[in-house]
Amino acid sequence: MLLPCLYICALLLATLSGVPGLLGARQGGRIATGMLAAAALAGLAVSGGVLYAGQGWRLDLGWALPGARLALGGDPLGAFVLAPVALVPACLSRYAEGYWDGPAHAATAPRLRFFFGLAAGSLIALTAAANAILFLFAWETMALTGFLMITASDQDAAVREAGWVYLVASHTGVLLLFAGFSLLARATGSFALGPLPAGFAATPAGTWAFLLLLAGFALKAGIGPLHVWLPGAHTAAPSHVSAMLSGLLLKMGLLGIIRLVAWFPDPPLWWGGLLTCVGAVSGVMALAFALAQRDLKRMLAYSSIENVSIVALGLGLALAGKSLGLPALVLLGGAGALFHLLNHALLKPLLFMGAGTVLHATGTRDMERLGGLARAMPRTALCFTAGAFGLSALPPLNAFAGEWLLYLGAFHSLQAGGWVGAIAILAGLAVMGALALATFTRACGVVFLGEPRTEVALRAHEPPSSMTGPMTLLLGVCLLLGLCPLLLAPALQRAAEALAPGLPPLRSLAPLGHLSFVAAAALPVAWAAWRIALRLPGRTAGTWDCGYARPTARIQYTATSFSQMLTDAFRWLLAPVERLPRIQGLFPRNARYQMQAPDTLLERGLKPGAAFLAWALSRLRFLQAGHLPIYLLYVVLTLVALLAWTLA
Amino acid sequence: MTRTLLLLLAQLGLTLALAPLLPGLINKVKALFAGRVGPPVFQLYFDLAKLLRKQPVFSATTTRAFLAGPAASLAVPVAAALLLPMGGPRAPLGFAGDAIVFAYLFGAARFLVILSALDTGSSFEGMGAAREATFAVLAETALFMGLAALARFSGQVSLGPMLTAAGQGWRLAGGPLALVLAAWAIVFLVENCRIPFDDPNTHLELTMIHEVMVLDHSGPPLALVLYGASLKLWVLGALVVKLCLPLRGPWWIDWPAFLGGMVLLAAAVGVTESVMARLKLRRVSQALIAALVSGTFGFLLLLLQA
Repeated sequence: MLLPCLYICALLLATLSGVPGLLGARQGGRIATGMLAAAALAGLAVSGGVLYAGQGWRLDLGWALPGARLALGGDPLGAFVLAPVALVPACLSRYAEGYWDGPAHAATAPRLRFFFGLAAGSLIALTAAANAILFLFAWETMALTGFLMITASDQDAAVREAGWVYLVASHTGVLLLFAGFSLLARATGSFALGPLPAGFAATPAGTWAFLLLLAGFALKAGIGPLHVWLPGAHTAAPSHVSAMLSGLLLKMGLLGIIRLVAWFPDPPLWWGGLLTCVGAVSGVMALAFALAQRDLKRMLAYSSIENVSIVALGLGLALAGKSLGLPALVLLGGAGALFHLLNHALLKPLLFMGAGTVLHATGTRDMERLGGLARAMPRTALCFTAGAFGLSALPPLNAFAGEWLLYLGAFHSLQAGGWVGAIAILAGLAVMGALALATFTRACGVVFLGEPRTEVALRAHEPPSSMTGPMTLLLGVCLLLGLCPLLLAPALQRAAEALAPGLPPLRSLAPLGHLSFVAAAALPVAWAAWRIALRLPGRTAGTWDCGYARPTARIQYTATSFSQMLTDAFRWLLAPVERLPRIQGLFPRNARYQMQAPDTLLERGLKPGAAFLAWALSRLRFLQAGHLPIYLLYVVLTLVALLAWTLA
Repeated sequence: MTRTLLLLLAQLGLTLALAPLLPGLINKVKALFAGRVGPPVFQLYFDLAKLLRKQPVFSATTTRAFLAGPAASLAVPVAAALLLPMGGPRAPLGFAGDAIVFAYLFGAARFLVILSALDTGSSFEGMGAAREATFAVLAETALFMGLAALARFSGQVSLGPMLTAAGQGWRLAGGPLALVLAAWAIVFLVENCRIPFDDPNTHLELTMIHEVMVLDHSGPPLALVLYGASLKLWVLGALVVKLCLPLRGPWWIDWPAFLGGMVLLAAAVGVTESVMARLKLRRVSQALIAALVSGTFGFLLLLLQA
């Protein structure tokens, strides 16, 4: 009985955390952080109880709506996602005390805190909702509070547009989910969410339900090509909200897909293949876009698409393992996907907080205008760089351990003969790893290292500790999970066992403990070499300039030039908008080259398409005459038509 | 336990002590080819000893990140050497999935070396860093295709059994293994910045990748970089040599055979560098695509064969 009580406590504390600030409490931000921190402790206790002590729980109460029940279930999958969902909002709220407070944001801060708490509460509710109606209620709360938070600075036209795109995409997703859940309800006879009958996957209704729900969840998760809302929304929102969107909101889509994998006992093989291929293609494409961005937050947004794609890859592997009857694949794919989900939920908020700190200190997100910030903001630089290192899936940080499980799964599927999936995963992950490395070295190098490129970068300052503290905390958790991934093995095992029965022990397939040994071999050597080199009595001079007598900061390699070779290779996809310099004469004047890569699908596909649709539908406007009797006539005609159809 | 410990110490000791010989051997072969006497084989040891006694010069632009590159380029090959079986069939720290760790360790070093290059704020070093990041996309994938082929062939996911099975399997699957070998040979040359992909000798920054990234290092940090580069040459060379060597004897046959293989590899690199010119920059990615295709073909052939 303890765990459900703790869960309800967490839910209420998080949901109401913004209320005291609304009622005029002067310390609104601090109170909200305190309540969210308490919610985090309660949530972590619940998820620890379910995952490590194996105490699942259930709470089922009636509700006045037909089909709806207040059914909450503490299953291992939900509990695994609950851990970051509980922890991260508290960190972000603490960060927001420094980032979105004070006189500049006095009008919006209380409102934003209220929506933030509501969103955190809805996320907690989603991890345990076991009834489709309840699920959709929480889902809509999450989606709408997301919209309200994204449009916090709504005096900006770009923000309004991003919010609008988000709202359209979000509601398209909800419609798909409505349809999918209705199909499930018809098959099972109730709106309770849970395992589906065997053989349902083979029926047309099963296929439709899977595809509809997959599309609905993928739209929220931002898996390409359904990612169109994501880059704009992440860029437009205040940074701690971007962190919430990217770290947690997207994860709810992924949690939905994970649940889908768990519900279908006998999925056909092509479902897994579809998810794997979509994951590989969308991940590589997202990084191509990330490499072409000058906007720091937009770059991070595209990198989020890549990371949810990696989770999709793992889930595809688990689905394929389920249909082939290979428990090793289910375990490695599922555990790898969950691990990566957790890693991204911790690392991406860290990076968005870093980007927000840069924005806070310099007032710009344009990487080409920054540079050399590491000297003014060493702590932010360290946290951001370490997070970027981790998110490039490099050992010894945690994202590597997650991808390592996926690689192992791909190697296992090779032995089983599933080579298409194996190539998609191996080549996909290898290309993504290297592209992510290019993306993140570019960002860290151009923003934090070298010489300041502009006046704003020169005047940057370290932010208050309320902003660096949460970053340091998240980095610490990531380091712990990366150095000792074995700590997470029991939780991964239990969560993956929810996907399919009868899985082998994770330890026998993936010796996670050995990763710690490798780290123990490499880190002391690196640390000693670094410390000794730091203590050397050195002489200071200028950077070697190859004899060029008047170097300036403008000479440095820029973000655009750093990624030029790679973006050239992806020119067919990016369709960049370029302003080429025209150099004429013997003594040409100043020339300027500029490249921008807007989202191809949104700008060249969906927006023109939607405009065309609006134009075409405007032809039907004569139907809306504005006279009430005519509308009543329509209603009667429709009823007659429906009656005739049911009788026929 | 004692055996593992002995193996660990022996392998680590040999790697640390002998690695700087390889560049010396390569240079000697190149000198012989050109009809010169060339520097002594132990030249790198002398250079390292000299650099360690020098006072470093740091650019005023740099931060602490500048030293992350040298530190990582030392630590990563040391850790990688523990994952790779050299003389015998077993690695000191082999485990299921170590092949992936092996590949990603070098990624970690690459990340930090690129950062320390960008830390100087020099456009030359930025250029080298950009190239390093770009070519890694293809090189890493080619390496993984080869690993996938070997995993398929041996039914293992650990480097030790994988490479032993491959070394002994040339009669069974010579063609596909030769394709994998070709892919890895190219990866080996690219990763170690050898001709035809990069020139470790000239100091014309515009044409280079690795050398230009470490242009601003001096004194002991430069010694770390040079020593780390020779360790990397040794470790990645061991990967290629092990792929070719059918080792199954007692250790007093295996170890000399392995060391002989390394000497032959150095000679082969020297010959390659003597008879080839550096490729144009645009050709480098084409050669890397060739490596990727070769590795993938090897993989597909092994799939069909099994």
